Amino acid sequence: MSEFPYLKDQDVVAVQRGPDPGGVGGAYRAFGETLRGLKTTMARLIEGPLTIQYPEEKTPVYPRFRGRHKLHRFEDTGLEKCVGCSLCAAACPADCIRVVAAENVPGERVSAGERYAAVYEINLSRCIFCGYCEIACPFDAITMGHDYEMADYDRDDLIFTKEMLLAESLERTPLKAEGE
Amino acid sequence: MLFLADTQLVEATWIMVVKSLVIFGVIFAILPLMTVLERKLIGRFQHRYGPNRVGPFGILQPLADVGKLLSKEAFMPANAVKSLFVLGPLLPVLSGVLALAIIPWGDVQDGVGLYGIDVPIGILYFFAVGSIAFYGVLLGGWSSGSKYSLLGAMRGAAQLISYEVAMGLALLGAIIMGGSLSLVDLVHAQGAIWFVVPQFVGFLIFMLAGFAETNRTPFDMPEADAELVQGFMTEYGGMRFGSFLLVEYMEILVVSGIAAAVFLGGWMGPGPGWLDPIWMLAKIMGLILFFIWVRATLPRLRYDQLMSLGWKVLLPLATLNVLVTAVLVVVT
Repeated sequence: MSEFPYLKDQDVVAVQRGPDPGGVGGAYRAFGETLRGLKTTMARLIEGPLTIQYPEEKTPVYPRFRGRHKLHRFEDTGLEKCVGCSLCAAACPADCIRVVAAENVPGERVSAGERYAAVYEINLSRCIFCGYCEIACPFDAITMGHDYEMADYDRDDLIFTKEMLLAESLERTPLKAEGE
Repeated sequence: MLFLADTQLVEATWIMVVKSLVIFGVIFAILPLMTVLERKLIGRFQHRYGPNRVGPFGILQPLADVGKLLSKEAFMPANAVKSLFVLGPLLPVLSGVLALAIIPWGDVQDGVGLYGIDVPIGILYFFAVGSIAFYGVLLGGWSSGSKYSLLGAMRGAAQLISYEVAMGLALLGAIIMGGSLSLVDLVHAQGAIWFVVPQFVGFLIFMLAGFAETNRTPFDMPEADAELVQGFMTEYGGMRFGSFLLVEYMEILVVSGIAAAVFLGGWMGPGPGWLDPIWMLAKIMGLILFFIWVRATLPRLRYDQLMSLGWKVLLPLATLNVLVTAVLVVVT
């Protein structure tokens, strides 16, 4: 590395500086660099846009993506998996789950256990999508789905009831393919 | 070899009126398309799509823009100089429309010249009329009563004096070779070879000065949206702001038109005579694309850099170019 004349006898760290902008060499470099810049932008034009046209195209999510919650039923009997134990509500750091349990009446059973959730509400405007409810649940009754399009016009509409969480959710979000 | 503008060509008044209307109509149909083209291309240069929501391929975007601007309040700052504030955006429009008149779209065909008017002092007319646009910048910026606008206007003035001389000298080389100031005669003089080849330096200098004339990057100091929040346009709103934008594109078109006529052989091109305006338009469009390309590439210079470029590089180069051209023309 060549020494800079203005740093010769000074106790300073030499700074790498670009060549002097003036003179014929400077003009030549400016012209060349301008052409290089034009080439760079033209290459971007040829590569084409990378934008994902969101409402029409969607980025696929990973299988473990934590989106809107789902409540599950047993596939064979159709009974709800949730037994109203409120462990999810206890685990929830945002305190957005409300469970009111009730006893199952023989003859019209709602869940497989002794009790069931008479009220199961998740306030999605408070939910932080941490997934603790999913981990806390002893019966895998609640899991995190893949849906992230939950915007609404009204706060009240963001309180999801048991029926809404149990319902087969619309497949609005594409899933990433294996190994993607 | 001395060309003189064909002042003997007298056209009926109704032909002149029709010509004006056609040129006016075509240009004002092209200008909005230029704004979409620019936004779409800049987008593509940055890996984006640009506007593509309004109409097919976003082609109706300017209609939406104009609709928005028209519905906005025509804002007037409390300490603005009212008459000058209103005059500000009008002068550039006037200058742009006047300059459009001399751009030659084709030769005289069946007794009708395919241009607005063939002025014997064409280039001088372009400079005279083009400089009016800067009064709009100066008056608009000063009369806004805002420090950002004033700074923008001052930069505009500093910019004007630093590029205008070089721009004139850049064209002088071509004028010496063509032997006329009339744009139509200059195009005729390029029958053998386009002036861009012998006058390449002049062409480069003219294009560089053209970027300054049209307030485009890298010389968009009067606007400088980053540090001066649109400079002289800061206080304008609604369609007054819109007309400043419109004028910017009109100036690009005029500068491209002059460059195409003086350096790129104007309407010359293979094919029958009726193709002439198409050729001219194609050359202008090519230059406009170059303008957009440069805008997508280069950052804005400081304005002392523009002044040193104008005075220390462009002016000596242009002068040298004129001297060499003059000597060569006299010798041969």
